Amino acid sequence: MPTAPHAAAPRGRTPSPRQRGRRWGEHGLAWAFLLPSLVVFALFIGYPLGRTLYLSAHANDLFGAPSKYVGLKHYTDLLSSADFADTLLTTALFTLLTVVPGVLGALVLVLLLENRIRGVRLLRSAFALPFAFSVASASVVFAVFYNPASGVLNGLLSQVGLGPIGWLTDSRYALVSVAATTVWMNLGYNVLVLSAGIGSIPTEIVEAARLDGASGLRLARSITVPMLGPNLFFLTVVSTVHSLQSFGQIHILTKGGPDSSTKTLVYSVYEKAFAYGSSDFGRASAQAVVLLLVVLACTAVQFGVLERKVHYA
Amino acid sequence: MSLTTTEAPEQAGPAPVRPRPFAGRSPRDLLGRAVVYLLLAVAVLTVVFPVYYAIAGAFMGPSELSSYPPALVPHSLTGRNFTGAVDAIPLVRQYANSALVATVITLAQLVTSILAAYAFVFLPMKARAVVFGVFLATLMVPWEAIIIPNYLTLSDWGFGNTYFGLVLPFLASGFGTFMLRQSFRQLPGELRDAARIDGAGHWRFLWRVVVPLNKPALAALSIYVFLSAWNQYFWPLIITRTAEMRTLQIGLTSLRDSEMADPGLILAGAVLSLLPTLALVVFGQRFIVRGLTAGAVR
Repeated sequence: MPTAPHAAAPRGRTPSPRQRGRRWGEHGLAWAFLLPSLVVFALFIGYPLGRTLYLSAHANDLFGAPSKYVGLKHYTDLLSSADFADTLLTTALFTLLTVVPGVLGALVLVLLLENRIRGVRLLRSAFALPFAFSVASASVVFAVFYNPASGVLNGLLSQVGLGPIGWLTDSRYALVSVAATTVWMNLGYNVLVLSAGIGSIPTEIVEAARLDGASGLRLARSITVPMLGPNLFFLTVVSTVHSLQSFGQIHILTKGGPDSSTKTLVYSVYEKAFAYGSSDFGRASAQAVVLLLVVLACTAVQFGVLERKVHYA
Repeated sequence: MSLTTTEAPEQAGPAPVRPRPFAGRSPRDLLGRAVVYLLLAVAVLTVVFPVYYAIAGAFMGPSELSSYPPALVPHSLTGRNFTGAVDAIPLVRQYANSALVATVITLAQLVTSILAAYAFVFLPMKARAVVFGVFLATLMVPWEAIIIPNYLTLSDWGFGNTYFGLVLPFLASGFGTFMLRQSFRQLPGELRDAARIDGAGHWRFLWRVVVPLNKPALAALSIYVFLSAWNQYFWPLIITRTAEMRTLQIGLTSLRDSEMADPGLILAGAVLSLLPTLALVVFGQRFIVRGLTAGAVR
């Protein structure tokens, strides 16, 4: 890949005597510089988009090779499938259970840190700690905590006379347990984003409010939270999209179970396409297209609102 | 533009120390402060406990880990879990795989993003809006939605279960280009004019002036890309098959899936996998913050 720009470089370095030749050289150089990225995008984003649509409109044999054109059949099948409705519901619930506590929790934390207390720096770093955890490392650690027999959670619960809970094996708790893990691992990121937002609120505004006697909750409600509005919005959209794409924690903790109670859209795509030797690429692709549309809708909301804000500014 | 304008130095530390003009000492205030401290204590416990326990547990023996009541402090530090984890899976090899893959992806994205961002900022372009739209569009496509064709493509090319398969799709990114474009645009235009007068062409200007002057943004991007590559899960899970080609993240999972999943080994493996990312988060925090919010400024 890097050979392209190298080859093109001399053209940019030695400007031709005539302005026109020079302009042409710069245009060529621009394309040479863009080429590596464009090739990667074309091969691994553009083409796969088309192929996903193609696969979703074809039935396939046992090995996943497309066999015959079926049009929208996979999509109409999804619409009438009770399982798929459950998957969508689980996805929505999971998103709700991760985004709302994740954003609100981080907001409360950064607001608490605004109350000039000792060791703010240390605390802020402590809250950012989960950011160092990958999805896999956080998930295996929580899997150890959640272990029904030897896990520390049930151990502590039994200390107060409560008793053992099947965190990941009971379909009433599994989704909440996976969501809690997700909230924990995203907290570091959320705190960093909101701290950055608070850091960029002009000091004079806060000072003025303080001189007027505002403090604590009043200050938070009237100044800090409204000023954080754009950051909160950004964080909510990013968390939602991120949550919709969650895969590792589900794969590690529950494999979609028990009773499909943690089977989200992404997990369902994985299951159809890759799990247990399944290669049902046609149906999996139809679900992947649904995922694509949902995420695009969220992104569209973000851009729509941002656009308006830019106009106001 | 309306969102956080990223000025690294301001965001790096806590908010500047503000003088506290009229600190009231009424009972109400004291109560308020007590509540704040209490809430913070609970929050710290909740957030830090899993980190603490993962590390403490990694040093506990099997009997301690499943003892009742649960042991919270290891009585005698044992390194057995770490050696056990290294014996149970090809951990060293997988560590090396992850390091190699993440490094290659980071270097490649740096180069492709620097070039593309430079083209957007400093070079004339006919269809700038269209090309820009293409880069923008790549940010909106969730990787999970196109993972099936990518798996098929790379398998067809014979790159299943290879390093090429692990890195090829991630050699460029719209995000990196945007972040650097944002940063490059802040260079004063006179710099380019001055360089031109001095006879420096684009290639020279790029590597001698633009790159050195944008080190913070490049550092932020490197950290961000390295972390995401190191933490990848879905793609390495499906594109690799053998234990020797697995990345560390997938290897960790196999510690949990093995017949007699030993919690000590799992925690030790997790702690080992944390070392590089923890170092990046601790030492690179001010860069990370800059990178995190870059997506907000388009």
